Amino acid sequence: MITIIDYKAGNLTSVQLAFEYIGCEVKITDKAQEILQAEKIVFPGVGAAKSAMDNLKKLKIIDTIQKVIANGVPFLGICIGMQVLFESSEEDGGTKCLGILAGSVKKFKTSDKLCKIPQMGWNTVKIVKPHPVFTGIEDQSEFYFVHSFYPAPSKKEIIIGQTEYADAVFASAAGKGNLAAVQFHPERSGRIGLKLLENFSKWDGIC
Amino acid sequence: MLTKRIIPCLDVRARKVTKGVRFQNNIDLGDPVEMAVAYSEGGCDELVFYDITASAEEREIDIDMVREVAKAVHIPFAVGGGIKNIEDMRKVLLAGAEKVSVNSLAVQNPNIIAEGAKLFGSQCIVLGMDPVKVEKSSKFPSGYEITIQGFRTRTGLDALQWAKRAEQSGAGEIVVNSVDADGTQQGFEINLTRLIAENVGIPVVASGGGGTCQHLIDVFTKGKADAAIIASMIHTKMFTIKQIKDKLIDAGIPIRRKW
Repeated sequence: MITIIDYKAGNLTSVQLAFEYIGCEVKITDKAQEILQAEKIVFPGVGAAKSAMDNLKKLKIIDTIQKVIANGVPFLGICIGMQVLFESSEEDGGTKCLGILAGSVKKFKTSDKLCKIPQMGWNTVKIVKPHPVFTGIEDQSEFYFVHSFYPAPSKKEIIIGQTEYADAVFASAAGKGNLAAVQFHPERSGRIGLKLLENFSKWDGIC
Repeated sequence: MLTKRIIPCLDVRARKVTKGVRFQNNIDLGDPVEMAVAYSEGGCDELVFYDITASAEEREIDIDMVREVAKAVHIPFAVGGGIKNIEDMRKVLLAGAEKVSVNSLAVQNPNIIAEGAKLFGSQCIVLGMDPVKVEKSSKFPSGYEITIQGFRTRTGLDALQWAKRAEQSGAGEIVVNSVDADGTQQGFEINLTRLIAENVGIPVVASGGGGTCQHLIDVFTKGKADAAIIASMIHTKMFTIKQIKDKLIDAGIPIRRKW
């Protein structure tokens, strides 16, 4: 059973349908009690870091998320769900985030007017460290991205995959213990994205 | 490197994909869900569905079909054509579409872009535009005028000014569908695509006129498009997406290679 945390940060349909497609049972919840009982947790999200954090506060599930991650439950952050795991984001003039991963989230900068922000489309992920969620996925595979801000971890050892865009070579995938996080949308990344979700659904949280 | 997207366009009437030139001589091409799966497995990067109506008479969007596509296809897809209001946008997105595209509706009610962007995020609001070439003038500095209702009605709006307004309102992407080129397979409208791509900060998708791989190479290099919509060239089975992509890769265009 995959538990998807619904903290009103965007549309969860595609994440739900992708897991169902690979044969997983899915539960969508915003309740602390259900999150604490989850076997595997997906923390998705699109939109802005600040509204995501505000919603987590309103729902009173920040402690819950910290607790399940500390308890070793396999946990997958996607897009904004990756970004808010860091200490802070430059979005909305500076937003304090969950601080589970060391580092911050920065805005893409470019002087090239043809380099559009947000990055929207398929970009390659260079796998810099093997990880169970990338099992069977070739290096330099392409995934679907939509974002204006990117994660900048302060510890290099958590970086699993890197992607180049605008002025940045950024951590498009990161992991620490039972926590894995990706900036791209595996649920929109075709067969290769489904493979990543399937790997996650079978992962025991140990690297 | 971010790759250029190849986007098959499926015009759907009463659950059948159709294709005509300038909205005429439509012929049935097949089942939309089956075609979406085939193109996705064939390597397309995104899909767009236009005018999804439950039947020829009723003009309601076929939400069940959107959901069927979302269950079967796990790449981004947009829905446009039949969106009448915010509630339609919500239904289409909740059914599993990544984006909604508004065209005539945005001209009639420009607030719809800002409202949609605020509620659902800019990344899912696409402005579709159908510009036609006109004499350059103070009214039409770009030399292109926006038309609506399937090219039938002129709006008096300059294409570039309209694109900039849509960007300011919160559109996340612009589809430039040339009235002059649509369905002709004689090549994309390079000048206007480039003019808009160089003057807005959001991705620009070229549409209308793609008939050969060289047309696509031109619209990405000379036209500076971020993505291109194709229809006839693959619907007729003249090309597979793989064949098109191989040609583009040979020409040095950044293209998604693994799927």
